[in-house]
Amino acid sequence: MSPTTTRIGSGAGFAGDRIEPAVDLARRGRLDDLVLECLAERTIALGHRRRLADPATGYDPRLAQRLTALLPDLLANGVRLLTNMGAANPAAAGRVAREHLDRLGSAAPVAVVTGDDVLDLVDPAAAATEDGRPLGEHGELVSANAYLGADAILPALDAGAAVVVTGRVADPSLFLAPLAHRLGWDLDAPGPAAAGTLVGHLLECAGQLTGGYAADPGRLDVPRLAELGFPFADVGADGTARYGKLDGTGGRLDRHTVREQLLYEVTDPAGYRTPDVVLDLRGVTVESDGPDRVRVAGATGRTRPDELKVSVGHRAGHRVEAGISYVGPNAGARARLAADVVAERVRGLPVTPRIEVRGGPADARLRVAALHRDPGLLDVLAHEVESLYTNGPAGGGGVRTRVDEVIGVLSTFVPREAVAPRVTVLEAGRAAA
Amino acid sequence: MLLHEIAHCRAGDKGTVATLTVVPHDDADYPALLAVLTPQRVREGLDRWVGGEVTRHELPLLCCLQFVCTGIRGGGVTVSTELDTHGKSLSSRLLALDVPLRRG
Repeated sequence: MSPTTTRIGSGAGFAGDRIEPAVDLARRGRLDDLVLECLAERTIALGHRRRLADPATGYDPRLAQRLTALLPDLLANGVRLLTNMGAANPAAAGRVAREHLDRLGSAAPVAVVTGDDVLDLVDPAAAATEDGRPLGEHGELVSANAYLGADAILPALDAGAAVVVTGRVADPSLFLAPLAHRLGWDLDAPGPAAAGTLVGHLLECAGQLTGGYAADPGRLDVPRLAELGFPFADVGADGTARYGKLDGTGGRLDRHTVREQLLYEVTDPAGYRTPDVVLDLRGVTVESDGPDRVRVAGATGRTRPDELKVSVGHRAGHRVEAGISYVGPNAGARARLAADVVAERVRGLPVTPRIEVRGGPADARLRVAALHRDPGLLDVLAHEVESLYTNGPAGGGGVRTRVDEVIGVLSTFVPREAVAPRVTVLEAGRAAA
Repeated sequence: MLLHEIAHCRAGDKGTVATLTVVPHDDADYPALLAVLTPQRVREGLDRWVGGEVTRHELPLLCCLQFVCTGIRGGGVTVSTELDTHGKSLSSRLLALDVPLRRG
């Protein structure tokens, strides 16, 4: 018999997120599941680039650091961990997790979810969703990953995994899968899928639900922002959820922070599409339920889409950024003169850079930026800013220049049935398998 | 007055589309927001950054407005030459709009 409620926590909202709030949740959160969402659109393409250079890499570079910090408490408290830190190489990330558990003397199974890599399935002649032009015209394709759903993760949970490592899955699916597994939900029914997807959507950015990304001194004050606590949700079998954060942590969780996150990145509140459901937020209610406690209910949904979204990484050229600062009397005028000098000297080059003066009259910075296929040409732009030191207006300082390769991200769709997710279980002592 | 006086805002990005969630500090100000914060006003106010259309979704149960802005100038986060490549600061740009309201 399934329990009537389960508690799920959010331990990371992006690859660069803090680590201690997750440790706090693992240690004293009385969680059933902890989710680490660390895979932004472009992160996976960068992972593919690293993997091409070294086949043992391609997963999240902070994986070992997070596992080392979290596993002792997770094991001690019987908390299951789900993460998309597998990025471009979930199998290698799974082996890292296996090694960590072996070292801790734990025989708990690790499961790896693969099948999101669909580069072989994507036709470079297919149209990009963004502009209708063929994908391949934007640059050489380096990665294509389908957003897998909770149905791809569920077999890993049925296999008894204590740690689940995935590549690209839809962020809310990382939450929906363990909720469905604990509460005995049927994922084919839009109702439970909608409820669990809403929980995932609210929790996936971690601290953005508890006052991070919201503080505005004097207007929206957030207590003890430096000690921001991450959120958890107590989710009932009926799909209603009560959100909270641990006592003693900083931050705030109330109708204001929850409503900002509820609609974050939602382009259609009547039809937010994931691989699991088409979520309708119009009937959602957000009610205060005590200090730092909020109750959310009312999500509805329609049957999941027949196609899966695919995130396609491509070589989009290089980007230069260069700047120089001016301070004190007439600083703004000197920065504008510097901008005029650069504009005149780059006239005739086959690239039109963005040339802007930022800041105020007494502290201003010239910023020059451009995107182009030819990094040599961008070096010329950077050099024009650097040479302002001795050739430009008075008192210019703080030149910084950099030229980086740019991996762009586009999207397309593939039929659901063309994608074959797979779960591999790594038993104790089998890290090398 | 500045929109900042009665509301807070969160920006999100999906490629070349930006979302702006406007939440009044006091639910009682939702009707006033509805009246003054038209999609046209938002489109004009953010013209330097938004090249496409602005759609407004009303969420009366939540007392929130959701603006979806297409055609973000300079492209999405991965290829933009803006300092703020995501467009996260669009939320603060929106709060800088002068709206015809008076503190009652």
